[in-house]
Amino acid sequence: MTTLDSGQATSRFTSHRAIPREVWPLAALAALLLFNFFFTPGFFHFEWRDGRLFGGVIDIADRASPVMLLAIGMTLVIATGGVDLSVGAVMALAGAIAAHLLVERDQPLAVALLAALAVSLLAGIWNGALVAYLRVQPIVATLILMVSGRGMAQLVSEPDGQIINVNAKAHPGFAMIGNGSLFSLPFTLTLVAATLAVIGLLTRKTAAGLFIEAVGNNRVASRFAGINERLVTLTVYAITGLCAGVAGLIAASDIYASDANNAGLYYELDAILAVVLGGTALTGGRFYLVGSILGALVIHTMTTTILIQGVKVEYTLIVKALVVVAICLLQAPRFRQIVLAPLRRTGKAGAA
Amino acid sequence: MAEMLEMRGVSKVFPGVRALDAVNFTARRGEIHALMGENGAGKSTLIKVLTGAEPRDGGEVLLDGQPIRPRSPKDAQRVGISTVYQEVNLVPNLSVAENLFLGRQPTLLGAIRWRAMNRRAAEALNRLNLRIDVTRDLGTYSIAVQQMVAIARALDVKVKLLILDEPTSSLDAGEVHELFAVLRTLREQRLGIIFVTHFLDQVYEVSDRITVLRNGKLVGEHETKALPRDQLVAKMMGRELAALVSERPARDEAQAAQKRVLLSARKLGRRGAIEPFDLDIAEGEVVGLAGLLGSGRTEMARLLFGIDRADTGEISIDGRPVHLTSPRRAIAERFGFCPEDRKTQGIIPDLTVRENIILALQASKGFIRAFSRRRQLELANHYIKALSIAARDAEQPVKNLSGGNQQKVILARWLASDPRLLILDEPTRGIDVGAKADIQKLVLSLCEQGKAVVFISSELEEVVRCGDRIVVMRDRRKIDELSGEGIDEHDILRTIARASA
Repeated sequence: MTTLDSGQATSRFTSHRAIPREVWPLAALAALLLFNFFFTPGFFHFEWRDGRLFGGVIDIADRASPVMLLAIGMTLVIATGGVDLSVGAVMALAGAIAAHLLVERDQPLAVALLAALAVSLLAGIWNGALVAYLRVQPIVATLILMVSGRGMAQLVSEPDGQIINVNAKAHPGFAMIGNGSLFSLPFTLTLVAATLAVIGLLTRKTAAGLFIEAVGNNRVASRFAGINERLVTLTVYAITGLCAGVAGLIAASDIYASDANNAGLYYELDAILAVVLGGTALTGGRFYLVGSILGALVIHTMTTTILIQGVKVEYTLIVKALVVVAICLLQAPRFRQIVLAPLRRTGKAGAA
Repeated sequence: MAEMLEMRGVSKVFPGVRALDAVNFTARRGEIHALMGENGAGKSTLIKVLTGAEPRDGGEVLLDGQPIRPRSPKDAQRVGISTVYQEVNLVPNLSVAENLFLGRQPTLLGAIRWRAMNRRAAEALNRLNLRIDVTRDLGTYSIAVQQMVAIARALDVKVKLLILDEPTSSLDAGEVHELFAVLRTLREQRLGIIFVTHFLDQVYEVSDRITVLRNGKLVGEHETKALPRDQLVAKMMGRELAALVSERPARDEAQAAQKRVLLSARKLGRRGAIEPFDLDIAEGEVVGLAGLLGSGRTEMARLLFGIDRADTGEISIDGRPVHLTSPRRAIAERFGFCPEDRKTQGIIPDLTVRENIILALQASKGFIRAFSRRRQLELANHYIKALSIAARDAEQPVKNLSGGNQQKVILARWLASDPRLLILDEPTRGIDVGAKADIQKLVLSLCEQGKAVVFISSELEEVVRCGDRIVVMRDRRKIDELSGEGIDEHDILRTIARASA
C-alpha cells in the first residue's frame, strides 16, 4: 500500500515538473566519464604546457567540436521537422574553398574565410529554399548537396582533385583555427561556445525559438496563426549551412589540408545522432541546444572509450548504430508501451 | 424491383463510438440508390462494412439471397461488389490502360500483351462514352476522366453492385453531368448503384431512392419522388420541421443598418471549391453561415482568411481593394480564424497554453521584439481567467486540455491580437454545453465591441441565436441571405431545401 502511494506521488511529481531533457545525455556522459575514470589510466590527467591545458577530456571536446557545431544547426532543422544530410559535404566544400583561395589564389585569410562561409550559407539557403518553397522532402532536398557538394569540393581542389595542403608556417592564421588556443583551451571550443551562445540567444531571447517549435509541431496551425513558416524553415537551413562552414574550416585547419573526399564524411549522421541523444525528437517541435552539445560529447567520448579499450575501429560504428537503434526505439511511444509495460507490471508485482 | 443486396441489422462499434446501430439497407437491380447523411452519420462506415474494408460487429448481409461476409475489398469484388472512392485510388504515372488492367494484365507466356491490353482498355472506356488515348499517363487527364477510368476499372470485373463514394466532390458541373450520363447507362444495364453524396441537387437529379442515416442509425428509406427536399434536410439534421422554434432575440435593426461595412467581397470564388459569391460584413455584426456540412461554408471561410486563393472576384476592406493571398496578409488586416479542425489546424499540441495564446500576436509583431516572459504570462493568465479555461496553469501543454478548452485557447490566441474580423468555423463542435454557452456569449460580446464575426455552425439554433444575418449555403454556393425579425430554423431549412432556380 505504501509503495503504491509513493509511486503515485512520484508520477504526479514528474507530470507536474518534468525532468529537463538534458538530464539524459548528461547522465550518459557522466556514466562514460565514470567508466573511464576507473578503467582508463590517465584519462583525467591534465597538463599545463605552453600556456595551454592538455588532457584526454579536452582532446575529446576538441575533436567533437565540428560535430558540436553541426549539431547546433541540425537541432534547429530537426526542430522544424526536417533533416540536413548535406552538412558533411558542405564542410568539405568550405574547407576546399578556403584552402584553394589561400594556397592557389594567394588571397588574404579574411577573404578565404569569408568566401568559404558565404558559400556555406548559400548552400544552406539552397537547401532551405528547396524544402520551404518547393516543398521537396528534406531528405531528398539535402541529398542533392550531400552528393554534389563533394563534387564541387573536388572541382575546387586543383590540381589533384582531392587534397590541398595548407602550410602552417605560410598560413599561421588558418592553422590557428583548428590548432590554436584561447583562454588556455583549444580555440575550437571558443568557436563552439560562441556559436552556441549566439544561436541560443537568437532562439531563446527572441521569439524565433517559439516559431521554430511551433512550425515543427504543427506547420498548418502555425501558418494559420500568421507565422511565416517558409521563412522560418529557410532560415534554419541557412544557419545550418553556416555552422557546417565553420566546422569545415576547423576540419581543414586541423590537418593543415582540405580533403574533398574525406572531410566531414558521415558527420551528418553523427550530428543527427547528437541531436536525438540530446532530446530533440526527429518529428520536430521542442528542441534542446545544450542537449545536442552533450549528445555530441557522448558520441566522441564513446568512440574514444571504445578505441582506448582496444576494441577494433570497426566495432565503434556498430556500437554507434546500436545506440541509434536503441534511442529511436525508446522514443517511439508504441515501443515503450510494448517493452516497458510488462517490466512495470513485474516491478509492481515485485513491490506488492 | 429485384432486391439484390440486403443488409439487416448491421452494427459496427469503434472504441467509444457506435458507428452503425442495427442499420437495414437494401439495394436493387437497375436502381440508383442515394445514401445520405451528414459527416459522421455512418455512410462511410456502412460502405466499408459492405466492401469488407472493416469487419462488421453484427447483422447479416445477403447478396442475391446468399449470405456474404467479405473480408477485404478484393473479396467483395469477387462476389460482384465494386467501389469507386472519392480519392481516385489509381497510379497517376502509369498509362490509362495499365491502370485499367493493373494486376490482371492479359499475358502471353508471362509477357504482357500490350496491344490487346490497349485495345480492351479503349473498348471498356468506349462503353462509358469516353474516347481518349489509353497509352497516355493517367495523371495527364482531368480528375473527371480519372474518375471515369476508376469506374471503368470497377466495371471491368464481373460487377453486380457499383458503389460510388462521394464521386462528385472534386468535379465541376459539366463533369458531374457526364458522370451522371454514365450512371444512367449503367442503370439501364441493370446494375445496382449506391451513390454516396451530400449534394442535394445531385440526389434529386439522378437517384431513384434515398436512404438517410443519422448518428449511425437508419432514419428511413424513401422513394426520391415521394420525399420533398425540406423533409430530406430535416431528416438529415434530425429534427421535425414542426418542432423547430424561434429563439432569436430582438435586435435593433436601425442600429444595424448604420454600421460601417468592414469587408466586402464581390464575385469571389474558387473553382472546385465555391462558386462566386457576394458578401458584405459590417463592423459589430455577426454573420452566420448555415448549410449542411460540405456545402461550402469552410471554403468561404478559407477564401476570406487567405488560406486558399480566389481565382475570381475581389475583396475590399474599408473600401480599399486588398489581395488576401495568405493568412499573414489577412492577419495584417486584423483578421482571425478558428479552423473547424482544431486538432490539426488550430492548436500547437506540444506547446504550452501560454505559448499557444501569444502565438498570433507574437507572429504579427515579428520575432525580434519578443514579449517578456512576464508579459506573456500576464496575457495568458488574463485569458485563462476571462474565458474560464480549465488548465492547471499557463505552462500546461495544450494537448492535455479538453476539446472545449483547446477551442478557448485558440479563441484567446485571436482575442489577444485584437482582431477586427473573427472567422469561427464550427467553434462549438464537440465541446460540452458549458463551454458552448461561454463561446456563444463571447461572440455576442465581441460584436458589442464593434468587432465583426463570421460564425459557421451546423447547429441551426446557434446560428439563429448568434447571427444578425444568415448566409445560407448549399452545394458550394451561396444561395440566399436571411435577415430581419422572425428568422428561425424553419426558414433556413426551407431555404436549403428549395430547388435551385
